[in-house]
Amino acid sequence: MGQITLSGVTKRFGETEVIPPLDLNIEDGEFVVFVGPSGCGKSTLLRLIAGLEDTTAGHISIDGKDATGLPPAKRGLAMVFQSYALYPHMTVRKNIAFPLRMAGMAKDEQDRRVEAAAKVLNLTSYLDRRPGQLSGGQRQRVAIGRAIVREPAAFLFDEPLSNLDAALRVGMRLEISELHERLKTTMIYVTHDQVEAMTMADKIVVLNAGRIEQVGSPLELYRTPRNLFVAGFIGSPRMNLISGPEAARFDAHTIGIRPEHIGVHPTLGDWRGVVGVSEHLGSDTFFHVHETGLAESLTVRAGGEVPIRHGDTVFLTPDASKIHRFDQNGLRL
Amino acid sequence: MSTQASRSAARLMLSPAVLILLVWMIVPLVLTLWFSFQRYNLLTPDRSGFIGFANYAEFVTSPAFWLAILNTLLLVLGVLVITVVGGILIALLIDQPLWGQGIVRILVISPFFIMPPVAALIWKNMFFNPSNGLFAEAAKAIGMRPFDFLGQAPLASIILIVAWQWLPFATLILLTALQSLDSERLEAAEMDGANAWNRFRFIMVPHLARAITVVVLIQTIFLLGILVEILVTTNGGPGNQSTTLTYLVYQEAILSSDVGAAAAGGVVAVILANIVAVFLMRAIGNNLDS
Ligand SMILES: Nc1ncnc2c1ncn2[C@@H]1O[C@H](COP(=O)(O)OP(=O)(O)OP(=O)(O)O)[C@@H](O)[C@H]1O
Ligand SMILES: [Mg+2]
Repeated sequence: MGQITLSGVTKRFGETEVIPPLDLNIEDGEFVVFVGPSGCGKSTLLRLIAGLEDTTAGHISIDGKDATGLPPAKRGLAMVFQSYALYPHMTVRKNIAFPLRMAGMAKDEQDRRVEAAAKVLNLTSYLDRRPGQLSGGQRQRVAIGRAIVREPAAFLFDEPLSNLDAALRVGMRLEISELHERLKTTMIYVTHDQVEAMTMADKIVVLNAGRIEQVGSPLELYRTPRNLFVAGFIGSPRMNLISGPEAARFDAHTIGIRPEHIGVHPTLGDWRGVVGVSEHLGSDTFFHVHETGLAESLTVRAGGEVPIRHGDTVFLTPDASKIHRFDQNGLRL
Repeated sequence: MSTQASRSAARLMLSPAVLILLVWMIVPLVLTLWFSFQRYNLLTPDRSGFIGFANYAEFVTSPAFWLAILNTLLLVLGVLVITVVGGILIALLIDQPLWGQGIVRILVISPFFIMPPVAALIWKNMFFNPSNGLFAEAAKAIGMRPFDFLGQAPLASIILIVAWQWLPFATLILLTALQSLDSERLEAAEMDGANAWNRFRFIMVPHLARAITVVVLIQTIFLLGILVEILVTTNGGPGNQSTTLTYLVYQEAILSSDVGAAAAGGVVAVILANIVAVFLMRAIGNNLDS
């Protein structure tokens, strides 16, 4: 079980309000990702749930029971820190067994659980090493192992992959998703990497300056962003935002169109522009088109091998059904 | 830094320092060894010459010798225990965000700035004095008989004085070590269900191990040579109750003017120091390499 409800949760550090009153419901077994720009309060929110920070106001309940005043250890949650926070003087085995030892579990039961976790995480041959003798990815796995042996009601991850290189990050991303499939335990995952958010989440919570901008499945956020912030934040490369007369033509203050929803043609189309930098990724090509008179530059996605070069004049045609319209307050129309 | 050229350059540049240190240490040591086998008393300068191990025999069989060794070890051990335990406790305390933290920290460090003889005299006259010291006054105030610290418990009193002097050093080293502990590690332990005592025992103490080792090793070096605190308070007495090996050497050299016996005592002290050093390095030296 791991159903978590936040109601009116507020956090102030002295005078500065980092989290204004916030409501959120996390269902049992969900994989929830908190995304948002740096400093928006993702870690703070996670630490409030963990009990490492006191709430200034509001209530947190876990599985229907009020947990607002409970110390971290009593909440039944496990956390994986960005720095891994392993115990350097203990072997991997002792690191993973530490929470069990603190709970006073019998030695053989401890061993059984540690072995099982090590097997799941491919750590069996490293059990007698110390954290200092492991690679970044292995340390990450030890940190996860220390979390799973407790069989917590929910896992909390604070940017667990940000210290890993790109290839390892992709691998660990898959491993964590797989772990979630297997354990079916609630997971709350903080990241500012939106690829992680899109690929792993059942539900994404987009935060901005401590406020929730939108909550929804990855595709919901992609298809129907509720406001300009979410529209600009979700999707890679970013959505093109156009305001002025062209937006007025669509009865909106601002319109947004994603790079993948614009067609390119050398001679025919709605918008004329000059190609600037193009980024060839093999499977895709991203063109930055200037001098359209609509915005500084528009990003357009085309297929892998399009014969268009720097300085060419091109014509762009947006897919009318994929245009997002926003009013002057930035809300979706 | 390990090409052929850089290694020989390093050796070349180090050599003056190494040479000076060698001369500095070897010459006194050899002279001490030389004197320890000579009849050399300042009161009878005409009777001199090689006398074999007689100086050693005299020093080792002197009635105070075994007591002095015991006292030396007790002094070192007592001060180490008090400073390490007290240092950890004070470091934990002043690491907390308290009001007036800055002033408290300066106060904690201040004993270190007081010269040893001054500190010892202050303790002797202001605190320990059985007729008008502060402790005596306090005892009288609550209706107890004043305790004659330096007379009844001379070694313990000296341990107290020396521990007071070295507490700031231990506290300072342990405090910096404590502050280098990653707070996420403590939070992780808290999430893992470790209470305050277990966090201290399983996370903080292992983290402090290296700092504790440094404190123990450095203090041991200095504590083996403690002299002036004894000199200005008890003069090794009453009887020989607070005589240490260093004080015994001092007695031979200055009070009896017997340079030969003092040199023999010095050699014995060096041997004892080395035994202690080997023992310490065996016990805790591996804390130093990570
Ligand atoms: N102990 C504290 N005292 C005062 N302000 C704090 C404290 N901890 C965090 N803050 C502030 O709260 C805000 C949110 O911080 P938080 O660490 O939650 O951001 P974040 O979303 O996790 O950012 P990042 O992606 O960079 O990790 C920041 O503006 C930060 O300066
Ligand atoms: Mg953060």
